[in-house]
Amino acid sequence: MQQKLHVTLLTGRTIEQGVGKEYGKSSHQYYEACSMVYMDVDDMQKLGVKNGTNVKVTTPNGSVILKAVKYPRGATPGLIYIPYGPWANAVVSNATTSIGMPSFKGTPADVEAALDQPVLSIKELLKKEFGR
Amino acid sequence: MSVINAVTCPICGCLCDDIEVTVVNNEVVKVKNGCAVCEAKYMGYKSEHRIRQPLIRKNGELVPVSMDEAVHEAAEILANANYPILYGWSSTNCEAQRIGVELAEEVGGVLDNTAVVCHGPSLMGTQEVGIPTSTLGQIRHRADVIIYWGCNPWSAHPRHLERYTSFTEGRFEDSEWKTYINKVKAAAGRKKVLSAQRVAPKPQRETVGESAVESVVFNKPPETLQKEGRKLIVIDVRKSMTAEMADYFIQVEPNKDYELMQAIRALVKDEELDVDQVAGVPVEYLREVVDVLVNCQFGVIFFGMGLTQSAGKFRNIEVAISLTRDLNARTKFLIMPMRGHFNVAGANIVFAWQSGYAFGVDFSLGYPRYNPGETTSMDVLLRGESDAALVIASDPGATFPKKAIQSLVKHPLIVIDPHMNATAMLGDIVFPSAFVGIEVEGTAYRMDNVPLPLKKVVEPPEGVISDEELLKKILAEVRRIKAQKAKKTAEVA
Repeated sequence: MQQKLHVTLLTGRTIEQGVGKEYGKSSHQYYEACSMVYMDVDDMQKLGVKNGTNVKVTTPNGSVILKAVKYPRGATPGLIYIPYGPWANAVVSNATTSIGMPSFKGTPADVEAALDQPVLSIKELLKKEFGR
Repeated sequence: MSVINAVTCPICGCLCDDIEVTVVNNEVVKVKNGCAVCEAKYMGYKSEHRIRQPLIRKNGELVPVSMDEAVHEAAEILANANYPILYGWSSTNCEAQRIGVELAEEVGGVLDNTAVVCHGPSLMGTQEVGIPTSTLGQIRHRADVIIYWGCNPWSAHPRHLERYTSFTEGRFEDSEWKTYINKVKAAAGRKKVLSAQRVAPKPQRETVGESAVESVVFNKPPETLQKEGRKLIVIDVRKSMTAEMADYFIQVEPNKDYELMQAIRALVKDEELDVDQVAGVPVEYLREVVDVLVNCQFGVIFFGMGLTQSAGKFRNIEVAISLTRDLNARTKFLIMPMRGHFNVAGANIVFAWQSGYAFGVDFSLGYPRYNPGETTSMDVLLRGESDAALVIASDPGATFPKKAIQSLVKHPLIVIDPHMNATAMLGDIVFPSAFVGIEVEGTAYRMDNVPLPLKKVVEPPEGVISDEELLKKILAEVRRIKAQKAKKTAEVA
């Protein structure tokens, strides 16, 4: 059976995402910056994935294939970090707790290796999720 | 070739107004003083991802149409909608936002800006307890303790440290650049020595005294850490780049900012804590940090999405402001949200002065109403109540959760944006618009609510007009359609 890891999902800004969005949402820079997930190096070992391997992130709201990248600054065991963008939004929680703000940070998620599944481009992702 | 000085950068809430832009043949060729994101914007504005003409979805594909046709179609949708959403507004100027309020009132919809997924909870927290704040100039010249809580300016506001806080040369406080560089050098030196020790076979020394000296030298922290002057404290769930520069870094467990903050409040009031650690942080370390806080002359807390988007949301902000109030009993302390889009603060201000509310304003009853959780665009979408949407100067297609976007695309979607962003790809009617701050001038509000003028440095592409002009056209068309309808009804009666 494929091994799964229970983690806490965070989404947020990275400088690469900021640069990518200014070049354009359909640009190569944006794709590179947003279709990835920062993971703790020990967690990656547990799943048997390497830097640059594809992983599948699943939450009650959906699942998405992303490229796993080792978090370069210190240990973050049990945390995964996806830059803001359509890929992150495929899995973030929409619970607004009655104040209009969805829970973009600190929600539970599962990660597993997905070696043979491709990371979708923004067009493919929107087509898949919204049919346009 | 012309060089334009003192250009205001239209990207983040910092609104750096010292950018130097070189223009050749109506094209920006060089940007000076800006950060990586600034350069990307000034170089990327003319890219192939630009929308050049109005588009309408026909048989599933977006096809080019004339401006008049697109304006008429959009106005038709808005005039006939029962409960449209007018969302975005944060990446345009205050002049366009003002027309937006007029349009929302005319069509009786929900008017909302990106604060709803950003600092909406901060506005709500402020409405609960008020906010002791100042302009960034005061902080630049006076602050000797700077706290970044749940934010990473190195990524989201790249020049914030350099322009307004730790690395600025203020009138009463010195820049920490030198100290930081010394720190990095010391750390690098230490690493070199350590790696050399690892590589070289350890000499078998008999003399105990010498090795004792050696260990003392290597275990001592670098001198620069125990410094006077400005101190940088970062509180985050992971070690960000900003955290690496900090003098004190508190790694809090996710979703536990609220209890950490309450613990700090207790320590500020000299209360004893019965536990060894709070939210994964040893109380001993917290006590050390609180010592720094109460002994400073002028402190400031900057907070970001780490507080507003994690558990607690606006209660986190409320307690952060309360902590600032408590600290003010001991010393001088301020607090400020790190606003994201360059004019989201302006959107809040324009909406508030026109309607009384900063975001999530509902005009459906003919007068403005505000009840977060009910009239906020996110909740309206999640409940599936809206029947049309106008999205301008933002990209909910890339920032909203999946379910909200599914609800957004179920009904006619009008998009106004310079770039072909995710929302435009999903839109039914897509309008091109000129880049505010590059091709259009106007006013924007910085994160400390100081209005700054934006400059026009190049002409927009042919046929592309500003958000303000476009909205005026749509508004006029909506009024014409409504008047026609009223006339028809009157004739029938």
